Amino acid sequence: MSEFTIKDKTAIAGLGETQYYKRGAAPVSEFRLALEAIQRAADDAGIPVTAIDGIASYSNDRNDSIRVATALGLPELRFTNMFWGGGGGGGSGAIGNAAAAIVAGFATCVVVYRALAQGQFGRFGATPSMRTISGPIAYTWPYGMSTPAQWIALRTRRFMYDHHITQDPLAAIAMACYHHAQSNPRAIMYGRPLTRQAYDDSRWIVEPFHLYDCCLENDGAAAVIVTSADRARDLKQKPVYIMASAQGSDFRQGAAAENGPDYATSNFKTLAPRLYAMAGIEPRDVDVAQVYENFTGAVMTSIVEHGFCRPDEVMDFCTFENLTAPNGKLPINTSGGNLAECYMHGLELIIEAARQVRGTSTCQVKDAEISMVVSGPMVAPVSDLILRR
Amino acid sequence: MASNENTESKTYLPAGMPAPEPTRDGLDREFWEAAKRHELVVQKCNSCGTFQFAPEWICHKCHTLDLKWHRVSGAGRIYSWERVWHPAHPALKSACPYIVVVVELPDAANVRMVGNLLGNPKIDVAFDAEVEAIFEDHPEGFTLIQWQIAPR
Repeated sequence: MSEFTIKDKTAIAGLGETQYYKRGAAPVSEFRLALEAIQRAADDAGIPVTAIDGIASYSNDRNDSIRVATALGLPELRFTNMFWGGGGGGGSGAIGNAAAAIVAGFATCVVVYRALAQGQFGRFGATPSMRTISGPIAYTWPYGMSTPAQWIALRTRRFMYDHHITQDPLAAIAMACYHHAQSNPRAIMYGRPLTRQAYDDSRWIVEPFHLYDCCLENDGAAAVIVTSADRARDLKQKPVYIMASAQGSDFRQGAAAENGPDYATSNFKTLAPRLYAMAGIEPRDVDVAQVYENFTGAVMTSIVEHGFCRPDEVMDFCTFENLTAPNGKLPINTSGGNLAECYMHGLELIIEAARQVRGTSTCQVKDAEISMVVSGPMVAPVSDLILRR
Repeated sequence: MASNENTESKTYLPAGMPAPEPTRDGLDREFWEAAKRHELVVQKCNSCGTFQFAPEWICHKCHTLDLKWHRVSGAGRIYSWERVWHPAHPALKSACPYIVVVVELPDAANVRMVGNLLGNPKIDVAFDAEVEAIFEDHPEGFTLIQWQIAPR
């Protein structure tokens, strides 16, 4: 392993979320939501917001770092960073970049945020009406293949065919997320349990994805404060140590028109070994995982590529019993995740991973020590993260 | 309305979908021009013979900049497929369901293309089924590559 590592040198010290709203329901502007989430994260850490000297985000967040720093009156901005790529692929990577900046001495206290008001801006699930297009999208959009659901369905379908997988694992993943949301009053789908019958009866979006296999579209904001491990120990909350983070992509996964050579993949085959090597642990050491659900199929392949089961074991491993807290083999998405808590591009999953380590989840895994996050599977680049008590 | 009905009878998806245009830097101009001539072309490295699609300015294998367009037969094999029920684009409101296929081209080292599978959108499609390219001319002046099950 490389002598250069961020292992255990930094910690998550503060968590902040606004209320989560249905798409279009946010009563205030997206930028104000971002500011509120950052203030709450600073309050949670027990630091003044002006202690923040670094800013990191991902997915081309519209709320520009210098506007945030100016609005908050940050006296000395030392680090700004945007993780390239769309979707939720950069969530864990933004935390990793914050940790790296602290270890390198660029900054001492970095906030990672994501704010979304899909009602005030465009929707991710709808295709804008343009008369002409060119480049990579010209090879797919004219055929009605233009949304994440549509490309992830194609890859999921191939994986299911190759490994003799039925609809059952996808249903189990959706039901696990909805089940966990029933204990989480913050969740958009709190009070809206999902039965297998309702899952099966729901309309197809694109086969093999029913409505309930698809993430929500929401308004809100979330923020996380990262600082050095030493400093975190003196702050208000129990530190959540950052054991490891990995980011990047496997071979040519950006090839347009579905030409990634390894096709039915969540894009973690080279990342996951690096992640485990930095953390110095194995899959069996992970107590709980937050696996980004753009669509359930990508959760399934992420579970495989992080070594929790082999492709030919998916039917036995990805069951409702195994994926639910408190007693499942690998409880996932214990706040309800993108499917049932809120679609905050997976930053809400990182916050939930930290809550599990703090012991404050609404679906707490007993004695959870090691907590994993998988960000934005089946896009490129992607990232992942391991936290510990 | 009349012109709309006219095009609906000739193309798999309704009029109003975004029209492909070559990139301004010229990278894929020949691909779209060839399609208009009802020829299917794929980029191939002049130096090491590697095929690549979508096109790029460099060969990802040997890193020479000497790439050309290579005509292929139009024979394909279905690598994956999906039936789309939710209209993500306004023009598709009454066009669902429709079938999207990912097709491998065996005579171009299995590079892939995305298209629609012509015919009944309710059928179950067989993986690895053999298909052939169909050139779908649009009144706006572009041609799409579509696919149909190859005759036995």
